[in-house]
Amino acid sequence: MDAAMLKEIGEIVVRMLIIFTAVFTGVGYMTLVERRVSAWMQDRLGPNRVGPQGLLQPLADGLKHLMKEDVTPPGAHRMVFILAPIMVLIPAVLSFAVIPIAGDAINLQDLGLPWDWQIKPFIADVSVGLLILLGLASLEVYGVVLAGWSSGSKYPAMGALRSTAQMISYELALGLAILPVVLTTGSLRLQTIAEAQAGTWFGFVPHWNVFIHPFGFLFLLISIFAENKRLPFDLPEAEPELVAGYHTEYSAMKFVMFYMTEYSAMIANAALMVTLFFGGWQVPGLVLPQPWMFLVQAGAFAAKTFFFLFLFVWVRWTLPRFRYDQLMNLGWKVLLELAFINLLVVAMLVAAGVM
Amino acid sequence: MSLDTILASGASIAAIFSALMVVWQRSAVISALFLVLNLGSVAILFLTLGGEFLAAVQVLVYAGAIMVLFLFVIMLLNPAPLKERFASGPVVTGLTFALGVLFFASLMRGVMSLAGAGGTMASVGESYGSTRSVGELLFTAYLYPFELAGVLLLVAMVGAVVLARRQAPGED
Amino acid sequence: MPLVSYISLSAVLFVIGVMGVLLKRNVLTIFMSIELMLNAVNVALAAFARHHGGLDGQIFVFFVMAVAAAEAAVGLAIFIAIFRLKQTTDVTEINLMRW
Repeated sequence: MDAAMLKEIGEIVVRMLIIFTAVFTGVGYMTLVERRVSAWMQDRLGPNRVGPQGLLQPLADGLKHLMKEDVTPPGAHRMVFILAPIMVLIPAVLSFAVIPIAGDAINLQDLGLPWDWQIKPFIADVSVGLLILLGLASLEVYGVVLAGWSSGSKYPAMGALRSTAQMISYELALGLAILPVVLTTGSLRLQTIAEAQAGTWFGFVPHWNVFIHPFGFLFLLISIFAENKRLPFDLPEAEPELVAGYHTEYSAMKFVMFYMTEYSAMIANAALMVTLFFGGWQVPGLVLPQPWMFLVQAGAFAAKTFFFLFLFVWVRWTLPRFRYDQLMNLGWKVLLELAFINLLVVAMLVAAGVM
Repeated sequence: MSLDTILASGASIAAIFSALMVVWQRSAVISALFLVLNLGSVAILFLTLGGEFLAAVQVLVYAGAIMVLFLFVIMLLNPAPLKERFASGPVVTGLTFALGVLFFASLMRGVMSLAGAGGTMASVGESYGSTRSVGELLFTAYLYPFELAGVLLLVAMVGAVVLARRQAPGED
Repeated sequence: MPLVSYISLSAVLFVIGVMGVLLKRNVLTIFMSIELMLNAVNVALAAFARHHGGLDGQIFVFFVMAVAAAEAAVGLAIFIAIFRLKQTTDVTEINLMRW
């Protein structure tokens, strides 16, 4: 193996390491953030015993689930039962491959490391990145359906039916909410979309898509709540009716995989919102020499993403759950039409040359 | 062997295997899963043929929407798995197989004429199969078929709603 | 891969689809076999598009996908209606033109 090939492989491995380490740490600590923030909102303490401020709690949780008994119910279809948690987790994690976390590539030598490797701010540079993201989001449905079907029990089946219907319904609104951004940017590549949001208006309002497409952002936010099955739309796992929905029969590490899927999908969707509507890694007016620029941009991206993650938790403890028919009516009879009208108006404005 | 060839050969093997399993399996759910695998391998084949946008749409539309609809309906009906693998007895099944082999042989006779110099791939530019190039063709030369496809989908949607709707009490 | 491999693959997939339609008993599997055949044709279309260096073949794949989507929606709705009447997905049981 020659040096050039080694360099290329090294570059790919390093950027995968950076992004996936960030994601898995994020997933672990999101569980802690969720519990601590909900405790804070309800005036309780939350888990604060394991490590300082409970910071080692995710590790303890993981260890606990690893040592639990892995139960397969007797009525289950064994192979599919094992396959289902894998099939939800993989698309959720894969979607991070196309999300850019900073502007320009960074050279490892700038960080004081001995290798002359250019680390790109994304894993895969795909020109149809947005379509890939949408496709992966729709592939997540399979795991849910199969989990419900293979458990061989009533509550998971009901939960799976509900969540499939919900995810298919809101996917349409989600896609339509994103399209105006694609129309004005003229690209499906996420890095191009993020780069197009550089600069400011009047010197202080950042040139972010949220100010151009406020309705698109609103529709996207609502459909993402439904796609992630978060309150107020968490009907697939509404515990008074369905125990835990499609993953009722799962235990130990398989259950953890569903849990990880939920949080990594949440982080991916938050990152998607940030990239499309809040300028991605852009920090308006900031110019720094290279190693710092990369780090500050990645930090800004993480901070913006964290804001939305916080919003998810915040909304969870603020709004009551919808009824199932209300959820379906909202998706098909309100959100879809409004998103269509929004797209139509933007398309006309683009055609007229205003945007 | 180039990376493209390895990718295409792997995807072809996966496609044939999964297609066989679709037909072989007794349970409709497992068949549907293998069909998803088949669609995924075909998406990879599209990639090796330079159809980047096509591959994304294949995953998004076929795997993401059509097959989810299939699985949803299978779960909704939840039919008991059928005992017999095939519809007819061994004699008819064997005869059908023989017919299939004959059909395949006649297809391959035509296909084999492509071997050699007549079957080389044209060299194409970087923008071949990109979203922009496909979109431009779709909205200029194929505008009317495109709009007709929209009408077709609308008709299908209305038809599906009418067919699957439960009759309300009082209607006949 | 050369063109002939793609087209042979397409032929193999198509024949498997045909055999599925002819042999299977479950309507849902028969329907999936039809999707297999459509997909086989898609492979051939994309391969020939690449062979000629034009994109028209790829455009045709889009139309096939649109037709497949329409077909799946209507077909599955019909199966739901039949299942309500007969409680079966076995084609050998669905043998009456009326009830």
